[in-house]
Amino acid sequence: MVELEDAGVRYGARWIWRDASLRIEAGEFTVVLGPNGAGKSTLLKVVLGLHPLGEGRVELDGAAPRRGSPAIGFMPQVRSLDRELAIRGRDVVRFGIDGHRWGVSWRGTRERARTARVDAAIEAVNAGAYADRRIGSLSGGEAQRLYLAQALVGEPRLLVLDEPLVSLDPSARADVLALTARIARERGIAVVIVAHNVNGILPYADRVVYIARGRVAAGAPEEVITTEALSRIYGAPVEVVRDRLGQPFVIGPHAA
Amino acid sequence: MTVVHVFEYAFMRNAFLAGTVVAIVAGVVGYFVVLRGLAFAGHALSHVGFAGATGAVVLHLPAVAGLLVFSCGGAAVMGAFGERVRGRDVAIGIVLAWSLGLGVLFLSLYTGYATEAYALLFGEILGISPVNMVVTVGAAVPALAAIAVLYRPLMFASVDEDAARARGVPVRAVGIAFMLVVAVAVATAAQVVGILLVFALLVAPAAVAERLTARPPLAIALSVLFALAFTWGGLLLAASFPYPVSFFITTLAFAAYLAVRVPRGLGRAETTNDVAFRGGGVPADPARLSW
Repeated sequence: MVELEDAGVRYGARWIWRDASLRIEAGEFTVVLGPNGAGKSTLLKVVLGLHPLGEGRVELDGAAPRRGSPAIGFMPQVRSLDRELAIRGRDVVRFGIDGHRWGVSWRGTRERARTARVDAAIEAVNAGAYADRRIGSLSGGEAQRLYLAQALVGEPRLLVLDEPLVSLDPSARADVLALTARIARERGIAVVIVAHNVNGILPYADRVVYIARGRVAAGAPEEVITTEALSRIYGAPVEVVRDRLGQPFVIGPHAA
Repeated sequence: MTVVHVFEYAFMRNAFLAGTVVAIVAGVVGYFVVLRGLAFAGHALSHVGFAGATGAVVLHLPAVAGLLVFSCGGAAVMGAFGERVRGRDVAIGIVLAWSLGLGVLFLSLYTGYATEAYALLFGEILGISPVNMVVTVGAAVPALAAIAVLYRPLMFASVDEDAARARGVPVRAVGIAFMLVVAVAVATAAQVVGILLVFALLVAPAAVAERLTARPPLAIALSVLFALAFTWGGLLLAASFPYPVSFFITTLAFAAYLAVRVPRGLGRAETTNDVAFRGGGVPADPARLSW
């Protein structure tokens, strides 16, 4: 449902990356990896219609991406909010339905239908126990589930997640990742997830996109996650080893 | 004057009318000021307004006009900086100090120095002029209408700016529009409590309301109620005791904040275990770090 062909992006005169060609099919789980500042978030901005290409072509469902497309549910990098702000997890989920519309919403049949959709989304991420608490007072994992519910409540066909795991402790990371993958699989939603750390996320990946040093490499995990391919992309020695279950583990400067 | 006879005086009726309008605007706008972390920026806007007000006085124009023009100008600049205004306390503070300095210069050029300065800095609600009444009400209505229109995108962008932008909210334009509304709220609140004390009406009611509920519409309603209570209470107390209205309003605001803050603050100290998950939380077990 997303296609890039010979695509490149730049900020001013500086190219971030070029010659990117990749396809993301409906229902696929794509992991975007690479070091800080390589342009991973920029790739998401291109798909979201927030940043234009400097060259090449990008299509979302056969048309140029535009800002605010209902086909996409976007979860940005999380930032911590003041714990006392008077806004609940439930209110944050609700933004996913009509947060972009002008004016105030009044009670009525449509309002009840929207509330029901919010409830269903909260239920889907198992966040019912704390959805009525202040969003700023929740733990990273709890807040992340509610932001995921916000991205899902608009019933997107593509879920775009920018570093959803980075501020979480290890068990919350595994939970959020497993939950995201399960919901996406059940609903046939494609996922594009930016991750800083390779390890732990690869079992879910149908496709891996590696961005480093101005280049974008895309392919199946077994093609991209190899000692040779990663060392070439990074220009530094990287080693891929397999654990007892055959899962790849990346050892090197960018694995942590 | 006893409380019963308060409304027999025209200046008291005017003070209540102006105070009510100002409290409603400040209560509503204050919720979003706190939500967006703009309390200090709002405070600084009032000082920018002070330079405008004193400049207007020198030119024999109504002070409130200069107040509005300058605070709106300052708001437009802050709004244009957008997200970057947050946490820029040093830059904002320097602009604030310079604005007060300009105000002092303008006042020195004006012969009626002391009373005018006192009224601008600490409020003159009991002596509010017909012009100020008209300007206050005339500015309050569009400000409230703007909040009604901006309501959902403003709340979305305040909490989750990147997601709002991706969803198609014109985040920057919404931010500038809101800062202009803050400027209007500041300029009108300054009519009641003066430039130095706008915090008491713009931030304190919202801060008290936020402690009592987590539901946004209810927090806004409570914020308005508290702003009204502080203003009316201050006016009634000033009618009974020979002390300034601004003293009573700020004291009520402070007392209410203490009342909601202290008991919960003491209880909170025992339940800090969930803090570890946010931001600086580092797992104690080194083996988990490599995950």
